[in-house]
Amino acid sequence: MDTYSFLRHFADSWMLLLMTALFVGVVVYAFRPGSRKLQDDAANSIFRNERRPAPPAAEPASRNFKEA
Amino acid sequence: MWDYVKLVVLGLIAVFAAIAANYALDLAYMVNAIVVMLAAAITFIVVARGMYEPKVAVSANEYNDGVVRAGVIATAFWGVVGFLVGVVIAFQLAFPSLNIPGVEGILNFGRLRPLHTSAVIFAFGGNALIMSAFYIVQRTCATRLWGGNLGWFVFWGWQLMIVLAATSYVLGGTQGKEYAETVWYIDWWIVVVWVAFLVVFLGTLIMRKEPHIYVANWFLLSMIITVAMLHVVNNLAIPVNMFSSKSVSLFGGVQDAMTQWWYGHNAVGFFLTAGFLGMMYYFVPKQAERPVYSYKLSIIHFWALIFLYIWAGPHHLHYTALPDWAATLGMVFSVMLWMPSWGGMINGLMTLSGAWDKLRTDPIIRMMVVSIGFYGMSTFEGPMMSIKAVNSLSHYTDWTIGHVHSGALGWNGMITFGALYFLTPRLWNRSGLYSLKLVSWHFWLATIGIVLYAASMWVTGIMEGLMWREVDANGFLVNAFADTVAAKFPMYVVRGLGGVMFLSGALIMCYNLWMTVKAAPAKVSAGAAVPAE
Repeated sequence: MDTYSFLRHFADSWMLLLMTALFVGVVVYAFRPGSRKLQDDAANSIFRNERRPAPPAAEPASRNFKEA
Repeated sequence: MWDYVKLVVLGLIAVFAAIAANYALDLAYMVNAIVVMLAAAITFIVVARGMYEPKVAVSANEYNDGVVRAGVIATAFWGVVGFLVGVVIAFQLAFPSLNIPGVEGILNFGRLRPLHTSAVIFAFGGNALIMSAFYIVQRTCATRLWGGNLGWFVFWGWQLMIVLAATSYVLGGTQGKEYAETVWYIDWWIVVVWVAFLVVFLGTLIMRKEPHIYVANWFLLSMIITVAMLHVVNNLAIPVNMFSSKSVSLFGGVQDAMTQWWYGHNAVGFFLTAGFLGMMYYFVPKQAERPVYSYKLSIIHFWALIFLYIWAGPHHLHYTALPDWAATLGMVFSVMLWMPSWGGMINGLMTLSGAWDKLRTDPIIRMMVVSIGFYGMSTFEGPMMSIKAVNSLSHYTDWTIGHVHSGALGWNGMITFGALYFLTPRLWNRSGLYSLKLVSWHFWLATIGIVLYAASMWVTGIMEGLMWREVDANGFLVNAFADTVAAKFPMYVVRGLGGVMFLSGALIMCYNLWMTVKAAPAKVSAGAAVPAE
């Protein structure tokens, strides 16, 4: 089979299936039990740290020394 | 030490640019080389003067807002420039005598048109995206922008790109690809700046102190990555000479056309849609002071958009040499794309549920809501126009132009204005805007301007399409092309007036923002003031 036919065939079958499965997986994952709390937290994260970065103490020490 | 390296590199760039200007084979290349030389020389002086100044240590517990402030100024400035050029070329179409003979070949419609599109998309839109990305990623990651001065490199590199592109277009430098007119060396420079943008953005995401990556950042990151991919592939070309702006595309014929519209449509899809959706998902909830309506919907919106958009490009090539199956594929995916688009629109609008009264009192929210409304309208119009039967009427007519502008002026323009009004008092530490009344003026001027623009283009586009296909009883075409041009005159004048209103609104905004910084009272809050950088 030449490259074009092979790629056409592959794109129309397995790749399409894979992408559809990935998408369905993402949707199912978004609806998984227990996701609401995390999502509410993320949705409200824009109302924190408006004027300053989060204080260093909130995180393990390894993360704080970025711009020394 | 690092400063010396910078000086050596900048000096070498300036010298090589001077040599290139000397050997230049065409005017556009020569002027661009001189611009590069001047830019390198100015940067050299700035670095040299700063070398013995005491270094101010940057504090990790402050955000890097300097670069965002610069972005606000650049966005407003390039917006006005882009709208002004748009008004000029709108009147050039209505009154061809405005293609002034003395500057023929420089300031005529053909040269100014790419200047207008690039100014509004890449200068106004690009600066809006870079500044909001830098603002949003810092706030939602609760950490300072990563990479030190790399953010400033992105900002100034992008401005240099704009100046190079603008001077190149009017002097005839072009690749002849819509929205990708920039010649090969500017394309290379865009890659450098864009990769730096990606590195800064990713670096900040990696250093984040919030556990979750807020959805706005997903949209912005997908914009940065996809635009990099599209830009590189569509601009694969061999320069004909090191000292010429001319290059030859690696693709030919219909492959070249398909690559171009794969790029072109996804420039709309990822630059003007995904990126600006990132802005919507941050600024609308912030201004409404309510979290986004449904975070689940935003996740599904994101992935549906990502999975579908990339396939929609072939709808630009209906009834061409492109194989039928590819055109049909593009059409089907464009129609499917309607769903995630409206999912996003509903999510944005419903964020105001329970706070609809703000529409009466807050003109900034009104601007954002109208922007989402135009997003919904143009993402309905687009799929409809991608259907082959509709496209056979609408393609090559002014309907397309109207569609683009209801998206660009309505959606991209209005959400950017909303973001500028949101950001300016916060970035300059003011208690509020100078005048909400002027925001209302801007809102109504812009909205009525867009309505005039879109409505006149619907009328003229459909009229034009019907005139082109009209045949008499013997099967002969009834109208000559010039007949359609003559019939379009009144609508062209209305369109120009719509543009004038939109431009006046933007000028009012600039005055309002200027006075906000100059005259509005400073915000008084105990110890929370962030010092200027």
